[in-house]
Amino acid sequence: MAEAAKRSALGELTKGFVKENPVLRLVLGTCPTLAISTSVENAIGMGIAATLVLIMSNAVISALRKVIPSKVRVPCFIVVIAAFVSMIQLLVKAFAPALDAALGIYLPLIVVNCIILGRAEAFASKNGIGLSILDGVGMGIGFTVALTLMAIIREFFGSGNLTLKVLGFGTTLTDIFGLGDSNVLSAIHLEPIIVFILAPGGFFVFGLLVALVNKLTTKKGGDPAELNCCDVREDADGNLVLVSDGKTIVMPKVDTTPQVKKVEKAGKEAAEA
Amino acid sequence: MKLVAIMLTTIFTQNFVLSKFLGICPFLGVSKKKDTAIGMSAAVIFVMLLATLVCYPLNVLLEKNGFEYLQTLVFILVIAALVQFVEIAMKKYMKPLYNSLGIFLPLITTNCAVLGIVTLNVQEGYNFIESMFNALGAGLGFMLAMIMFSGIRERMEGNDVPKFWQGLPITLVAAALVTCTFLGFTGVIENMFGA
Repeated sequence: MAEAAKRSALGELTKGFVKENPVLRLVLGTCPTLAISTSVENAIGMGIAATLVLIMSNAVISALRKVIPSKVRVPCFIVVIAAFVSMIQLLVKAFAPALDAALGIYLPLIVVNCIILGRAEAFASKNGIGLSILDGVGMGIGFTVALTLMAIIREFFGSGNLTLKVLGFGTTLTDIFGLGDSNVLSAIHLEPIIVFILAPGGFFVFGLLVALVNKLTTKKGGDPAELNCCDVREDADGNLVLVSDGKTIVMPKVDTTPQVKKVEKAGKEAAEA
Repeated sequence: MKLVAIMLTTIFTQNFVLSKFLGICPFLGVSKKKDTAIGMSAAVIFVMLLATLVCYPLNVLLEKNGFEYLQTLVFILVIAALVQFVEIAMKKYMKPLYNSLGIFLPLITTNCAVLGIVTLNVQEGYNFIESMFNALGAGLGFMLAMIMFSGIRERMEGNDVPKFWQGLPITLVAAALVTCTFLGFTGVIENMFGA
């Protein structure tokens, strides 16, 4: 019994690394992934900030899961998440102003990062505090790893350099090789491909990584990654299915004529009453 | 003149989706068909304008009382409440409008573009009129990107894509190419208005 519990706890921790990687498998949190992955330093900073918010909000939401009425759960989750994001925002502003300047608007936007609300909805509101914290740690690490991987590719090819720094401590690739203002690519007579650190490079590298992970997972019998944060699909009956933050809403097929009548009828009834 | 410059900048050079990466999820998810793309963008424009309209006076109030650190919390709560309220009201009183754009409202509460525009207006220190024009420009830019991209995706539907690139990966590569076209606008507006 104890061993089974331990194994499942380990499973909750590690599933976010590869199998259910929030960025490359669940395809959540695409906005910060694309925007922040221009340098490794910023990617790691963003990853740490989002991970801290994720762990704390998962813990609090899990603790409150029996108190929160299910009808107003999303606004409740948002309040909890926004409170922690504000705390992190103030901490970063005070102790890492350079990171604050680099992340800019994307720091407050952690509030609407679908990973955090998605995990609150899909996991923390259904599981105990311990497991929810582990889930938060795992998903946070998965997010950071995916973000860093993208940043390594984009920064190396885009500028011929890597800023291997965590919160301002560390070194850069050009410093390691003692290249000064030059970069690694021009040292071997190549030019950096600037488009990699511009917007198109973000989309391209992200597509490349998703295709690669799709190839690896479908080999093991898994499904290809599908967008989970804000998707509109059609089911067999022609109904619209909205997928948002781990929950799905089915919108019945629109049939305008009878509905107009219904509205009129309802209006008349209301007038009579 | 400044208002025109603000609007053109957010539509073309600083396009919300293609250069600021805000609202990527609906850009990838809802752009499969042109009519859903248009409905979604109309809903986004509507909510952006409404959110700016409500959040601007609230922010003035917060700044007067020294509560700037509550901005994120207040903005997201107001947006969430507003969107829910509009959805309920629209469903009850404006059924045809609800059927065309209201159905997308549940997706907009946690859309980073809406919180993004409100936060950006504060960071840029725009006044009320400038904020509204900025929001309108951001919404129109979103719509432009969505309509362009949905056209490309409709054409892409019958294409023979390699197995592992099907679905999301090829969509992302197509998005990269669309983004390339918008790089061409870099500096145009700045030079036109000398800003």
